[in-house]
Amino acid sequence: MADHTAHSHGTMGQLMIGFALAAILTIIPFYLIMAEVDLPRTTLIAWIMGLGAVQIIVHLVFFLHVNKSAEEGWTLSATIFSVVILVIVLAGSLWVMHNMNENMMPMHEMDQQIEQMKSLQSQQG
Amino acid sequence: MASEQPAETFSPIFGRLTLDWIPIHEPILIGTFAGVALGGLIFLALMTYFKLWAPLWNNWVVSIDHKKIGIMYMVLGFIMMVRGFADALMMRGQQAMAAGGNEGWLPPHHYDQVFTAHGVIMIFFVAMPFVTGVMNYVMPLQIGARDVAFPFLNNFSFWMTVSGALLINVSLFIGEFARVGWLAFPPLSGANYSTGPGMDYYLWALQIAGVGTTLSGINLIATILKMRAPGMKMFDMPIFTWTALITNVLIVAAFPVLTATLALLTLDRYLGFHFFTNDFGGNAMMYVNLIWIWGHPEVYILIIPCFGIISEIVSTFSGKPIFGYRTMVWATACIMVLSFIVWLHHFFTMGSGASVNTFFGITTMIISVPTGVKIFNWLFTMYKGRVRLEVPMLWVIGFLVTFTIGGMTGVMLAIPPVDFQLHNTLFLIAHFHNVIIGGVVFAIYAGVTYWWPKAFGFQLDEKWGKRAFWGWFIGFYVAFMPLYALGLMGVTRRMNSYPDAGWQPYFIIAGIGALIILFGILSTFMCFAVSIMNRKKLACGNDPWDARTLEWATQSPPQQYNFPQELNVTGREAFWHMKKAGFKWSTDYAPIHMPKDTATGVVIAGIAFVFGFAMVWYIWWLAILTFVAMIAVGIAHTFNYHRDYYIPVDEVRQTEAKGALT
Repeated sequence: MADHTAHSHGTMGQLMIGFALAAILTIIPFYLIMAEVDLPRTTLIAWIMGLGAVQIIVHLVFFLHVNKSAEEGWTLSATIFSVVILVIVLAGSLWVMHNMNENMMPMHEMDQQIEQMKSLQSQQG
Repeated sequence: MASEQPAETFSPIFGRLTLDWIPIHEPILIGTFAGVALGGLIFLALMTYFKLWAPLWNNWVVSIDHKKIGIMYMVLGFIMMVRGFADALMMRGQQAMAAGGNEGWLPPHHYDQVFTAHGVIMIFFVAMPFVTGVMNYVMPLQIGARDVAFPFLNNFSFWMTVSGALLINVSLFIGEFARVGWLAFPPLSGANYSTGPGMDYYLWALQIAGVGTTLSGINLIATILKMRAPGMKMFDMPIFTWTALITNVLIVAAFPVLTATLALLTLDRYLGFHFFTNDFGGNAMMYVNLIWIWGHPEVYILIIPCFGIISEIVSTFSGKPIFGYRTMVWATACIMVLSFIVWLHHFFTMGSGASVNTFFGITTMIISVPTGVKIFNWLFTMYKGRVRLEVPMLWVIGFLVTFTIGGMTGVMLAIPPVDFQLHNTLFLIAHFHNVIIGGVVFAIYAGVTYWWPKAFGFQLDEKWGKRAFWGWFIGFYVAFMPLYALGLMGVTRRMNSYPDAGWQPYFIIAGIGALIILFGILSTFMCFAVSIMNRKKLACGNDPWDARTLEWATQSPPQQYNFPQELNVTGREAFWHMKKAGFKWSTDYAPIHMPKDTATGVVIAGIAFVFGFAMVWYIWWLAILTFVAMIAVGIAHTFNYHRDYYIPVDEVRQTEAKGALT
């Protein structure tokens, strides 16, 4: 454990590179929104989410010092496992819920049917 | 568990808790309460008479010894099993009666609480403590460690689990429990349809216990990665340690999902959010999706350590190394990842469509392959071995047969068109009891019988052990085979009564099966009692089964420091090779560095219990007070710098000279 303190906090240069990257990756999405850049809404969301993902990687590498040698490689393999699970959970949930919505009756049609049923009931009542 | 809900009132001091919530008009509950109170009083009196309070507190409650915490987990599991099984008997009784117009003896309001409590207790407070307990006891010994990586955290985790269990039991006599099924799907579990404190007991009990489970997962991973005896490489670890590692990785990966999901539901219920409601953009199906993302890994969290137990026992009682060690490890690792891509098979019928259902149907069939690999590995381990058919091995064979059948009905349910027929029927109920009783319970019993001599220095009585086995084994088949048949007839789960009297004979047979299981459970406790009384006669040496792994290298029961000296491991089945080489502990002792006991864990968990109770009843001032108190005690503990001590050489020499049985 003696070399732990020496290695795991990184050099000033590394921290500065990390800080600069993190700052740039934060400024871009804010700019996209505040300057009201003329892009389709879905493209904007994709950009922001993508930059967020890169931001996470920057934090992991430059601030949390995830690399091949830390803790005999356990840090890296734990990170990869977490990322795999995260991707499975997020992508899977989006896919499952998207298909469920596609197969459901659209909300406005349901509202119309409810209205129809109500008017039928009031006619009978 | 009141059968009619009192009106909702609110006072600043007691929240919504009023005397109306004490179920004094419920004969069943009053009887139970009288029994519990009487038993409790006798227990308190005996404890006081024999002056056992101080020893209980000093030797057990504040202990951070992983072995004692492991044993306490097992005690918690067995106690809660009695509670959960009482619920099971009540349901079997109800369904055996309530046919063709007969209402049975439990009104729906009560019956719904019973089946919810049964599921929650059996999974969270029986199966989880069992597997955590065995991992806690055995794993550090198997890797030649003195304790877990974070001994205080271990004690804290255990007491948080107890707090959750207590909160559920309190709901029996103060208020009521949830009436929503064990996974509490909204909108039924939302604020509009589940009024009263029942659903809130559910949420806070699981959240408090969940803290313990997650922390214990982190603790055991760190232990395995960091504290193995010198020379023990990853692929030298016993299979049980491997399965413990993978289980705890699953715990750390999956339990935060449960915590987050329940937190969202809590926001819905307490602060009027709309995550899972039907209006304002909420989506109840998202809850089902999220809870099963935790739920499917959870079933592997329960069964994987059991695979490890079975591996150790098969290998020991066949007198052979485990067949296909590496395939065993890789099969378990495959299950670890695959268990995260099958969750939708729990809700094929929700309507995600053919492509989604096909994907999850296929992944579910794929995940049965590594499990099948394990079954064959165990069979090949026994093949040409000298199999000793003692009680642990009896449970293992019961496991192999029963679990395989349960696995095959699972593959049936993995076929989406078949699942549309069987979804939410008793076929499903029979399937998961088949894998949880035939898998988890049988394996835990095998493990308890196998490691009991390790923990206490004497063996379990063989006659009563066999009775327990046959009670459970035969009882399981009699109780659950009729449910398979009923499920195929289309009988749905959680029915309070049913019109078709033609189903009644099946339910009566299932009820008889439950009574046979009751015989098995009573035999278990008889087995413990008889063995403890005859402990002098049943005393065995340090290695009664001629075992192969390190936990048997030390005394039975082990001293608090586990091993008098540091071990040097060279290869798999370390103890077997040590025995071959004529290993003896040397008398050249060194001072042993040990952690100190602390009461912080039990104190924080006790406050957490009061916090949970206050949140359930909307007693806001108490909730704030206890929340601050928990944080304060936690911070205060960080200023405790006297956490360790050294056992001097003389003391080690004396205890080692005396031997285990004193």
